[in-house]
Amino acid sequence: MPVLGIVASQISGHLFAPSGAYDSIATVTASGSSAVLSFSSIPSTYTHLQMRLSGGVTAGLAPAMTFNSDTGANYTYHRLSGTGTAVSAGSSAPRNDISIAPNAGLYAATSGVFSGGIIDILDYTSTIKNKTIRAIAGWDNNGSGYLDFSSGLWFATPVAITSITLTMGANWIAGSTVALYGIKGS
Amino acid sequence: MAAGSTYTPLATQTLGSAAASVTFSSISGAYTDLVLVMNSIADSTAFHIYAQYNSDTATNYSQTILYGTGTSAASTRETSQNQARYSYGAAVRTTSPTTTIITIFNYANTTTYKTSIARNNRASDGVDAIVGLWRKTPEAINSIKIYNSAAANFAAGSTFSLYGIQSA
Repeated sequence: MPVLGIVASQISGHLFAPSGAYDSIATVTASGSSAVLSFSSIPSTYTHLQMRLSGGVTAGLAPAMTFNSDTGANYTYHRLSGTGTAVSAGSSAPRNDISIAPNAGLYAATSGVFSGGIIDILDYTSTIKNKTIRAIAGWDNNGSGYLDFSSGLWFATPVAITSITLTMGANWIAGSTVALYGIKGS
Repeated sequence: MAAGSTYTPLATQTLGSAAASVTFSSISGAYTDLVLVMNSIADSTAFHIYAQYNSDTATNYSQTILYGTGTSAASTRETSQNQARYSYGAAVRTTSPTTTIITIFNYANTTTYKTSIARNNRASDGVDAIVGLWRKTPEAINSIKIYNSAAANFAAGSTFSLYGIQSA
């Protein structure tokens, strides 16, 4: 059985043996025909996870992140957002996912403009603590752009995160990538 | 490069004497993202941090900015600039250092423009987040020149470190 599985037929990844304090675990790359990018069978070898995103959708939608296939109303988030002209802040009631870049969305276009984003998932293997994430994501397109800080919570009964799904309301633009990294403690 | 351990230090420059700019050149294309970590002090006058990629001085840079001053928050935008900007509300000053961390996503690809996210911090000034775009005809970034808005000097002791992150 593979240590790490990659879900979705249009993506590629590698198996590996953890070796450093900051390891690349796997990368998924969108082909343009799927709204879902996922990681499964995430090893519990690390203390924290980091995801680095490049890409998005032409409609500039915000991906919905869920853990372990839990689609219950077990998630919330807060955000601080900039539009280039105004600032706003917001939060969610319990919902079925954590919205990443909830105000900015992740815009991408075939012209070559891709969003960027970084998500940290702390103590992802804890079985006594709910899971907290932080994210920063945004895009600029020379005259338009958005930027979001956000924090998210998964408050289902604590279990280790073994899979992560990022679902868009449209297909991720081809070439979009999400890279998953593991950060070790001492 | 095989998957596995990454976040590789590529180069560090610690200023032994004041200098107006720092340049990382011949940057390897072997990584996915670059992370630039700066801890800088101004030598004589306050300024903001600018950068140019691959010696491009044309108006190919733009950014969307979110910043807080301790009493208010605001967002603004710069279009068709001659340089990337890594600080906005929190300046580099002659006293305590300003810390700045920038990610440049997919810096080596030749198919997309380059997006970066900078986080800039100075306790006495505030905090900035800046998402930037370099929209020159896509090419790999192989050099980064870091300079400033006042044509002044970074002080001795300022540090600039460049890391490469390789995805699987």
